[in-house]
Amino acid sequence: MTLVEKILAAHTGKEKVSPGEFINARVDLILANDITAPIAIREFQRIGVGKVFDPKKVVMVPDHFVPNKDIASAEQAKLMREFCYEQGVIYFEVGRMGIEHVLLPEQGLVLPGDVVIGADSHTCTYGALGALATGMGSTDIAAAMATGDIWMKVPPTIKLIYHGTLGEWVGGKDLILFTIGDIGVDGALYSAMEFTGEAIDALSIDGRFTMANMAIEAGAKVGVFRVDNKTQLYIKSRAKRSYMVYEPDGDAEYSQVIEYDVSALEPQVALPHSPANTKPISQVGDIEINQAVIGSCTNGRLEDLRLAAEILKRKKVHPRVRCIILPGSQQVYLDALREGLIGIFIRAGAAVSTPTCGPCLGGHMGVLADGERCISTTNRNFVGRMGSPKSEVYLASPAVAAASAIMGRITSPDEVIKP
Amino acid sequence: MILNGKVHKYGADVNTDVIIPARYLNVSDPAELAKHCMEDIDREFVAEVQPGDIIMATTNFGCGSSREHAPLAIKASGISCIIAKSFARIFFRNAINIGLPLLECEEAVAQTEAGDLLEVDLSSGKIKNLTRGMTFTAKPYPDFMAELISAGGLIEYTKQRLISRRL
Repeated sequence: MTLVEKILAAHTGKEKVSPGEFINARVDLILANDITAPIAIREFQRIGVGKVFDPKKVVMVPDHFVPNKDIASAEQAKLMREFCYEQGVIYFEVGRMGIEHVLLPEQGLVLPGDVVIGADSHTCTYGALGALATGMGSTDIAAAMATGDIWMKVPPTIKLIYHGTLGEWVGGKDLILFTIGDIGVDGALYSAMEFTGEAIDALSIDGRFTMANMAIEAGAKVGVFRVDNKTQLYIKSRAKRSYMVYEPDGDAEYSQVIEYDVSALEPQVALPHSPANTKPISQVGDIEINQAVIGSCTNGRLEDLRLAAEILKRKKVHPRVRCIILPGSQQVYLDALREGLIGIFIRAGAAVSTPTCGPCLGGHMGVLADGERCISTTNRNFVGRMGSPKSEVYLASPAVAAASAIMGRITSPDEVIKP
Repeated sequence: MILNGKVHKYGADVNTDVIIPARYLNVSDPAELAKHCMEDIDREFVAEVQPGDIIMATTNFGCGSSREHAPLAIKASGISCIIAKSFARIFFRNAINIGLPLLECEEAVAQTEAGDLLEVDLSSGKIKNLTRGMTFTAKPYPDFMAELISAGGLIEYTKQRLISRRL
């Protein structure tokens, strides 16, 4: 069995599961946010069980439209908050929260071998820790809150092997953008992606979160990494309960094996309006930008901010560019403050915000006008994603976004930091 | 159940951001959401859609976010079913869970144009193109999915499961 099949078998009480099989999997954690929770709560109440199956296994995070951007979003956040108080489920208030997929692993709520379902498509982020985590809709979350399990179809697994050593300014974001560019936005539809190879072994946990986060952008159900020393080190200070580490069998069957040599990989940029519309930075051409966004569940972790600060240090954001930086959680914000990163950003002329998903989905804190262009470390560049349907979003790493913010056009960090 | 309606046709990778842009996600009432359904991909949709109409698309329909608001908006706009070559995974679950029928049929999508009139028999999966006099058969649902659909969606299915657990 593959890593994914092993986790699912263990959560189904079966010796073995096979791709295509329908199962009922026990869940270790259920997640919803201020956009998806209101529908989940409405549907949960229709089931009529009264109480959630286990309040310690349900977590709700207000992160999309908070701090509330208008009355309607305040009503949604209020509905969720009151449900959390009444049910006693885990809840993080504004001021103590973070973007859900940055916050939950940081708080030790997700551990290796877990099955996690979330009413947010980027729930797949937790695959970085060797957990089986996948996005679902609000009704799925409602049913699981009542029963503690959920129906799933066991996915086939695609193994992706990354050979070689990454060059300077090339990281997890570039690897995943390159991969989606190669296999397409439905290249892993209904499948699990398992990321391996020496470039992956060398990648930090933050870089792995970035890669797993965007598995959904290739249509995948999950994107998983095997647990190694880096994972153990990350977990050690955070875990408050026991967990299981699963390994794929030597004779595990994969639906596809894809191999890349990434030693010569350049920083990657996904052009409008698809995450698969990816080009190496040298082929992007002269694209002027109005805004740069650095943050999100994809790239809002400490390593991402360090990278942006390395580029922005003693530099200025281009006079015609708004650079918006959003630490992914209060802890990331505090760490960045202690390390002096926030000072670097502010002195460079960037706006630094409390954690929120805000601009990534065109909610608030950086919505685009007609004809505006944004380089963003987020995960989607669909038509209208960050605001006007006539705006454009280019996806890239924090290093490329920071360098572009300085130059006022999309560029490689090499142009700003001379070797 | 027999459905009758006119086809609204789209291409590949129709994502949930164009089905219902996030700027409207500060509410979750299906009727409110329906007012902006498909707004960023088809400005005319809301004015033209009639109860019973059918959305047709090529591959990976509904890719992107997990927002259940997307199938809710489509259903509340009067659309009776969606026929595509393939669907994105989360959208597929969401639609089945809320009782919006989805059919996978490559031939029907290839042979049908926008504005054609279709008659769809959900129990047999037969898709008749009345405009062109052609008939197609959709891919049958796996047994489990058929059970979920006949229960009336995931909430009803879950209620039944909980009752049988208590017995």
